[in-house]
Amino acid sequence: MTVPDFSELAQYLVSALSLGGLYALMALGLVIVYGILRLVNFAYGELVMVGGYGLLLFGDTPLPWIIVAILSIIAAVIAALLMERVAFRPVRNSSATTLLITSFAVSNLLQNIALLAISPRPRAPRLPDIFVKNVTVAGVQFKIVDLIALLVSLIALGALTVFLRRTVIGLALRAAADDFTMTRLLGIRANMVIAAAFAVSGFMAGIVAIFWVGSSGQTWPTVGLQPVLIAFIASVVGGMATLKGAVLGGYVLGFLTMGLQTWLPQGVNAYRDAVMFGIVILVLLIRPDGLIRPSYSRESR
Amino acid sequence: MTTSRATTGEVARRLSTPIILLAGLLALTLLAAVRDDIVFERVITVMLINLVLVVGLQIFMGNSGLGSFGQYAFVTIGAYGSIWFSLTPQQKRVALPDMPRDWWLYEQHLPFWPSVLVGALIATVVGALIGIALVRLRGAAFMIATFAFLIVVNRVALQWSEVTRGSRTVIGIPKYTGLWTAFICAALAVVLAYAFKESSIGLKLRASREDEDAAASLGVDAPRIRWVAWVISVFFSGVGGALWAHFIQQFSPHNFYLAETFLIVSMLIIGGTGSVSGAVIGTVAVALASEQLRQIENWLNTQRTEGTWFGDLLPFQFVGFTEIVLAVAIILVLIIRPSGITGGRELSWPRRWSRRRQAMPSPADAPVKPS
Repeated sequence: MTVPDFSELAQYLVSALSLGGLYALMALGLVIVYGILRLVNFAYGELVMVGGYGLLLFGDTPLPWIIVAILSIIAAVIAALLMERVAFRPVRNSSATTLLITSFAVSNLLQNIALLAISPRPRAPRLPDIFVKNVTVAGVQFKIVDLIALLVSLIALGALTVFLRRTVIGLALRAAADDFTMTRLLGIRANMVIAAAFAVSGFMAGIVAIFWVGSSGQTWPTVGLQPVLIAFIASVVGGMATLKGAVLGGYVLGFLTMGLQTWLPQGVNAYRDAVMFGIVILVLLIRPDGLIRPSYSRESR
Repeated sequence: MTTSRATTGEVARRLSTPIILLAGLLALTLLAAVRDDIVFERVITVMLINLVLVVGLQIFMGNSGLGSFGQYAFVTIGAYGSIWFSLTPQQKRVALPDMPRDWWLYEQHLPFWPSVLVGALIATVVGALIGIALVRLRGAAFMIATFAFLIVVNRVALQWSEVTRGSRTVIGIPKYTGLWTAFICAALAVVLAYAFKESSIGLKLRASREDEDAAASLGVDAPRIRWVAWVISVFFSGVGGALWAHFIQQFSPHNFYLAETFLIVSMLIIGGTGSVSGAVIGTVAVALASEQLRQIENWLNTQRTEGTWFGDLLPFQFVGFTEIVLAVAIILVLIIRPSGITGGRELSWPRRWSRRRQAMPSPADAPVKPS
C-alpha cells in the first residue's frame, strides 16, 4: 500500500468525519429511546423513510428547499410521537422481547403502507445541486454535501448537548436514562419524558433522512433499513447505555467504513457487513456494555 | 419427573395435547389431499413447513424466554446444505455453476431424506458452535446477537458464490417435498417439542426462565440447558430450510431474511410463545388468514384492472395489504393479549372430565409430602 498523500488524507478525514457525524446522529436517535425504555426501536428506520417521503411530498410544492427540509424533519418528529402513542405506550411495561417485536411489527407496517400507498419503486425527490457539486479548498477537492453534513451533525450534537444540559426536559431525560423508576418517583411524568425521547429520535431521523436520501438521490419503502442497521452497530459498539457511547460508536464506525472503503481491496469489501456484524457479536460477548460503560451499574441485564 | 405422582387421568390429559394437535393437523392435511385444489394444497404444505420452523423456534423461545431473530440463518444453511447433497453433479452444473468441478462436494449425491438430514446437521453444528457463546447472553443482548448472526450468514451467503451462487437465484432443484413429507416433519416437530417441554430438562429450563438465580440454587445450569434447547431448535430450522428448498425449487439468500423472520416470529407470538399448542394455532391461524387476505387482495386488484364501478373507487393497486393486516394483528395481540391466543396454555382434554371420573385433586393442587 502506498503512503496516502496529503489530499487523499484530507479527503478521507472530511468524508469520515461527515459520515461519522451522520452515523452518530443515527445511533443517538436509537439510544435516546433505548436508554429510557430498553427498547431497540427497529421502526426508527421508518422514521428515516417518513423523512425521505417528506422530501418527496413537500418537494413537489414551490417552497424553497430549506423549508422543505424543515417540514420533512417535522414530519419525522410527528411520526415518532404517533408511533410512541399508538404502538409503544400500551406495551411499555412488557418484556424487552415484546417491545422489540412490537417495533418490528411497526416497522413492517409502515414499510408496507409506503409500498401500498406510494410505490414499491424508488422515487427521486427534488434536491438542490449542493448534493452533487464539489468544492476545492486549498487545492483539495471535497463534496459540498460532506462539508455540510459535517457541520450539521456537529451543530445537531451541540444543540442536543445544550438541550440535555440546560433545559428541564433535558435534565429529566438524562435522569430517566439513568434510573427511570427513581425519576418517576421524583414526580417527573413518564409520558412526557418518553414522548420527548421519541421526539428527539424523530428529529435525528429527519436530519439523517435528508443526507441519506440526498446522497443516493432516491427514496423507497425500505430506505430506512441500512440506517437502522448502522445505528444499531454503532450503538452496540459504542455502548447502548450512554449517549456518549452512541456518538463515539458513530464516529468509530464512520472512520472504519471510510477506511475499509478507501483502502481495502474490492473482493474483501464485499464481506464488510458480515465482518461488522461479527464485530457486534464479539462486542456483545466480550464487552456487553460497549466502549463506554455506564457510570454505575444499573439493574442486571 | 413430575409424572411419578400423576394419576392416570392426569397422564391421559397430558397425552391428549399432542393427540389433539396431530389430529387437527392431520385433518387439514387430509382436506388438502382430498380437495382437488392446487392452491389450497400449496397453502397447507407451506403452512406445514413453516410449522416446523415455528415449533422449532418455540422449543427455544417458549422454554427459555429468550427471543431469537436468528432462526433464518440456520434455515439458510439447511437449505443450501441440503441441495449440495441432493443435487447430482449434472444438476449442480446448472444450479450452482460457480462451484469448482474438482471439489469433493461437487461429486456428492445422496437421496432426499439423507440430504435433508445432512443439511440440518450442518446447520446444527454451526448453531451449536455459535450457541456456546450466545447462551451466555440474556434479554435484549441475546436478541441483538442472534439478529446480527442472521445478517452475517445472509451477507456471507450473498457473497460466497461457490456454494450459494451468490445473490442470484439457485434454479432447477427437484421437487421432493410434498404435502405428506411436510406433514410428517411437522408432526415429528410437534411431538418432539411437546416431549421436550414436559421432560425434566424442559422443566428445568422453564424454571430458569422464571427465575434464573432460584433455579441455579436448585442446581440448574441454565446456560447449558439453554444451549441444549438452542441446538434442538436450530436443528428444526435446518430441517425446515431443507424441506423448503425442495418445495419451492428456486431461491436465493434474499428469501431467508427479515420479512421471513418476522413471519415466523409473528406466528409464534400470535399463537402464544409459552406452549406448543400456541405455535401450532398461531401458524395455522396466520397461514389461513393470510391466504384469505391474499384472495381479497387479488379480488380487489382484479376489480380495479377490469374497471368495474367498485374497482374505480379504489385509489391504488393493493400490494402488501396482507402484511399490513398481519402487522396490525401482531401489535394488537401484543397490546391486548401479550401472551398470545393460547395464553401459554396447552390444548388438552378439559380437566373437569377426567376429574369427574377420578374424583381426585390433580397433583398440582395436592399438598407435597416428603418422599
